[in-house]
Amino acid sequence: MKKLMLGNMAIARGAYEAGASVVSSYPGTPSTEITENIAKYDEIYSEWATNEKVATEVAVGASIVGARSMTCMKHVGLNVAADPLFTASYTGVGGGLVLVVADDPGMHSSQNEQDSRNYAKAAKLPMLEPADSGDCKEFVKLAYDISEKYDTPVIVRLTTRVAHSQSLVAEEERIEKPLGTYEKNIGKNVMMPAMARGRHVYVEKRMAELAEFADNSDINAIEYNDKKIGIIASGIAYQYAKEAMPEASFLKIGMVHPLPMGKIKEFAKNVDKLYVVEELDPFIEEACKVNGVDVIGKDVFTLLGEYTPELIKAGIMGEKYEEKQPSGIPVRPPVMCPGCPHRGVFHVLKKLGLTVSGDIGCYTLGAAAPLASIDVCVCMGASVSGLHGMTKARGEEFSKKSVAVIGDSTFMHSGITGLIDIVYNKGNATVIILDNAITGMTGHQQNPTTGYTIKGEETRRVDIEMLAKAIGVNRVTVADPFEVDEFEKVVKAELEAAEPSVIIARRPCALLKHVNYGAPCKVDADKCKGCKMCMKIGCPAITFKDGKAIIDPSQCNGCGLCTKICKFGAIGKQEA
Amino acid sequence: MVTNIVIVGVGGQGTLLASRIIGSVVVDAGYDVKVSEVHGMSQRGGSVITYVRYGDKVNSPIITEKNADIVLAFEKLEALRGLDFVKIGGKIIVNTQEIMPMPVVTGAAKYPEGIIETIADKCEIITADASKIALEVGNIKAANVVLIGVLAKNSGIEKEKWIEAVKTNVPAKFLDLNLAAFEKGYNI
Repeated sequence: MKKLMLGNMAIARGAYEAGASVVSSYPGTPSTEITENIAKYDEIYSEWATNEKVATEVAVGASIVGARSMTCMKHVGLNVAADPLFTASYTGVGGGLVLVVADDPGMHSSQNEQDSRNYAKAAKLPMLEPADSGDCKEFVKLAYDISEKYDTPVIVRLTTRVAHSQSLVAEEERIEKPLGTYEKNIGKNVMMPAMARGRHVYVEKRMAELAEFADNSDINAIEYNDKKIGIIASGIAYQYAKEAMPEASFLKIGMVHPLPMGKIKEFAKNVDKLYVVEELDPFIEEACKVNGVDVIGKDVFTLLGEYTPELIKAGIMGEKYEEKQPSGIPVRPPVMCPGCPHRGVFHVLKKLGLTVSGDIGCYTLGAAAPLASIDVCVCMGASVSGLHGMTKARGEEFSKKSVAVIGDSTFMHSGITGLIDIVYNKGNATVIILDNAITGMTGHQQNPTTGYTIKGEETRRVDIEMLAKAIGVNRVTVADPFEVDEFEKVVKAELEAAEPSVIIARRPCALLKHVNYGAPCKVDADKCKGCKMCMKIGCPAITFKDGKAIIDPSQCNGCGLCTKICKFGAIGKQEA
Repeated sequence: MVTNIVIVGVGGQGTLLASRIIGSVVVDAGYDVKVSEVHGMSQRGGSVITYVRYGDKVNSPIITEKNADIVLAFEKLEALRGLDFVKIGGKIIVNTQEIMPMPVVTGAAKYPEGIIETIADKCEIITADASKIALEVGNIKAANVVLIGVLAKNSGIEKEKWIEAVKTNVPAKFLDLNLAAFEKGYNI
C-alpha cells in the first residue's frame, strides 16, 4: 500500500532505495527533514556537518572514492556550498552525487527568496524538479543514474510546498551499490588550470548530451488536451496550474536544466497560446525566448512569492487578481517561546540601548516588538564579521555601545571565521554566543557544541570557551541570561574592555526535554502596581487585564524570568 | 470530488499531529491525499495553517479562500482569521481557547470581542472547550485529539477508522488518555 510521506521524507526514501551510503548536510528550513529521515536508515552513514560547504565537500569526497552520496540544504545554504559545487561540476563523480536544495518562495522561514535554478545554469549542472512526494522519490533515483551515466553532480530542487507537503508514495526495496575500486586520476580529480581546461571541454560536451537526454526522457511529458491554451510548468507550479486550468494542454517539466528545447518547440507548434507558469524568476521563460519560442510568462504573473491556482487562472484569463487586503484582525507573528533563554539576553541589550548585530536563528526574533533589540540581520555568521565592519567604520565609542549575538550552531557554521578576523585585525568587538545547547529554529538538531551526533550517539564536544581562547580572545566569560543583573554587569564590563570579548550566554532551549522549571508563575494582584515592566520582556504567557498583569498557566513554563524583572516582588511561583 | 479541510491554530498547539491523524484516516479510506504543513520560523507561536485535501485525484496541496468544506480552528482568533476559507455551505469547528498574540500583549491591538457571534452570522459553527475537556480527561495536551473527535463526527467517515488512526499516531503510553479525549470530542 502507498504511504503518505512528506516530500522531504520521500527524498530520503529515494536516497535509501538508490543505495546511497554517505549523506552530509546542514539543517535549514524547508530541507531539514530530509537528513533527519535519512538518519533513521542504518545502511546510510549520515551526519550534520558544520556548514553547507563542508557538507558538500564531504559528499564530493565520498563520491570521488565511489560511494553514492548526497548533501541537502536550503536555498541560502547553496550560496555557502557554491564553491565546491562549481568545481565538482568539473571533476564529475565516482559514485553518484546528488545535491538537494529547497527554495522558499513566500519566505515562510527565510531571509530572501532566491531562485536556485540559476545555480544549475551557472554551475553547468543538470537539475531535476519534482512536483509531489512520488516524484521526489523517483527523481532522486533517476538523479543517481544520470549522475553516474553523465559523470556529473545532479541538483534536485524543491520548494517549500513540495518539501513540506505530504502525498502518496509506493515504497520499493533498496538496491545496494557496493563501492567499486578507487583509482587515482589526477587529470580528472585535481583541478589545477591545466586539468581544469580539459575538464571544461568535457563539461560542455556533457551538457549538450544532457540536453538530448532531456528531450528523450519521460520526466518531461506532454499532456495534450484542449490545444487553445498550452502551459509549461514544473514543480508545485504544475500542480497549481493543473488545478486552475484542467482543460488546458500541459508540458510538465521534470528537468529544469538543461531544458527539453525540442519538446518545448514541438509543444509550442501544437497549441494556440503558450504560457510558462513558474514561481520566482523567469528561468524557463527566458530560455524559451532565447530559443525563439514565443511564450507568455512574467508579463502576466508576478516575480514575488508563492502562486495559487486562483492567481494562475486570473493571469491566463486576463482577469484582475485581488491580493488579500489586511483584515483588521490582529496579526499573530512568531514569538520567542515562554521560557526562552534568549529573552533574558535581549531584555538586557535593550535596557542598555546597544546596537545589536544579529544573526540567523530563533534569536532573530529579538528584532520583534516589544524587545525590538536587533539592528541588523543578513546571513549566517554575519553578526560577528558585520560588527567588526561597524566598529572599524565608526571607531572606539561605537564599539563600546554595540554587540553581536549569534547562536551556538551558527557560530560553528560561520561565526568562528569572523571572530578570528576580529582577533587578527586588531578589532575590538563584544560577541555574545547564545549557547542554548541545540540548533533551535530548525527543530532541535545536534551540532558540534552539543556532544551528540545526528543519531544521538555521544561524541567529542567542541568547547566554545577553549575555542575562543585558542584563537586569541583573552576575555571569555560564561553568564546565565536569566540572572539578568549579573548578565548586565558582564555585558557592561566587556563593552568597556579595549580588546575583543566573548560572552557565552548559557542556558538550554526551553523546549528541550530535560528542561523543567516546575510550577508556572503567578501574579499577586495585591502587590502588582500595573507598571507593565513584566510586559516589556515579550513573554506570550503574560497579559494585562483590569490594570494588572496576569499569567496564563497553560502557557507559562515557570522559567521565572519575570519574577526577577518585577520591582515589587509581585510575581512568584504557583504552589506546586 | 475533492474534500478540503483547513486546520488553523497557533504554533505549538499540536496541529501537525491532527493533520497526520486526518491523513492516515483518509489514506486508509482509499483516497488520493495531499497535506500541506508549516514548519520552521512561523511555528514559534505564530499563526499556522495546515491543508488536508482528499478525493479521487488531488493536484494542488493548498486550499484557497471559500473552498474549505470544514475549517478546524484550534484557537478563537485564528478561527476568525480562518473564516474566509469556509465555502458556502461549509462549517467551522472552533476551540474556544484564547491565546493572546504579541500585538495584543503589547497593547498595540485588541483581542476582538464577539468572535463566536461574528462567525455564527456567516456559517455553521460548532464550538468546543477542548482545553477544558482535555484537562478533565487528564492532560491539556490532548486538546488536539478532542478536536479530532469533533471533526470525526462531522466527517462522514466511520468512527472506527478514526480510532485506528489515533492508535497509530499517538505514543502508546498516552493512548488511553487520547482515546478518552477523542470520545469526548466525538460526543459533543
